[in-house]
Amino acid sequence: MRHSRAAGSLRRRFSSAAVLLGLLALGGVALLAPQRLAWAVDTTQLPDPALQARYSALTHELRCMQCQNEAIADSPVDLAADLRREVRDMLLAGKSDDDVRNFMAARYGDFILFRPRFLLRTAWLWLAPGVLLLVGAFVSWRIVRARSALVSQDNQPLEEDVSR
Amino acid sequence: MNRFALPVGVFGLLVVVLAIGIKHSPNKGTIMSPLLGKPAPQFSLPNLTDPARVVSSAGLKGRWYLFNVWGTWCGECRAEHEMLLEVRRAAVVPLVGLDWKDDDAQALSWLAQLGNPYDAVAVDRSGRTAIDWGVYGAPETFLVNPQGIVVFKHVGALTPDVWTRDILPRLAPRAAAKS
Repeated sequence: MRHSRAAGSLRRRFSSAAVLLGLLALGGVALLAPQRLAWAVDTTQLPDPALQARYSALTHELRCMQCQNEAIADSPVDLAADLRREVRDMLLAGKSDDDVRNFMAARYGDFILFRPRFLLRTAWLWLAPGVLLLVGAFVSWRIVRARSALVSQDNQPLEEDVSR
Repeated sequence: MNRFALPVGVFGLLVVVLAIGIKHSPNKGTIMSPLLGKPAPQFSLPNLTDPARVVSSAGLKGRWYLFNVWGTWCGECRAEHEMLLEVRRAAVVPLVGLDWKDDDAQALSWLAQLGNPYDAVAVDRSGRTAIDWGVYGAPETFLVNPQGIVVFKHVGALTPDVWTRDILPRLAPRAAAKS
């Protein structure tokens, strides 16, 4: 009995270590992800480095409508090339990033934006993570408080428990 | 309090929310066009069969028309071609084509071979007009009313089903007023 309790706590400690390792591994993958693979799909060069940076950021946040999980920056599809050309021309014409986003959303819908705009319609999308975080913090605070109350009430020595 | 009440409640809520979401998504898999209910984009492009003339949105104002985006490189377009010829024979609504990023000579021989269902074909060599219409995969078909408003969009080959279910009923009030 006593032995199995010790084993249980050991197993628990092991599994929490495994969860921690898993989370760390996930974090590592998340850190690596933004390093974009160097497919030379898009070789566009804009004259001004600042413009080039905006061009690169925009083409990475616009969805390729034909291959829907790719950004137009990474897609070899014809339509993606047309949309990149559109982005380039608009930037060269002095349009703002929001002008480009609005232009695309007016034609292809909000679906083309990988980063949804903050509208009344999309508010829940932006606010939900914060709300869920608060709910989760509240729930875990309740659980931790309930458990620590249990421990302080449990004054019986372990040995007594076993001998019974 | 039952310790399962909260998780089960949250799960139930999630099921309801997702069910409503699925039920209300109008066309599973296809993307709603933001153009619906909005004025059709302006365009003025050379006419495929007569390059000296233009096909323009201004010239189409005041009547219903179907706007069909196609190209000879598009397999599905070949699949829907028979249906387009059917639409032409029905003579209920004019059919305007947009030859999207295509070769003129190939497009002309395609029409000569398979028959020409279009009242006019506009040539969009650069793909700029297709972007204005939010086209992301040919074939796509739009129904535009006499006020120049896009009232319906279909992505993929036009089928007899779409024609009788989605297009004819929208044209019906006009047919009724005529007779």
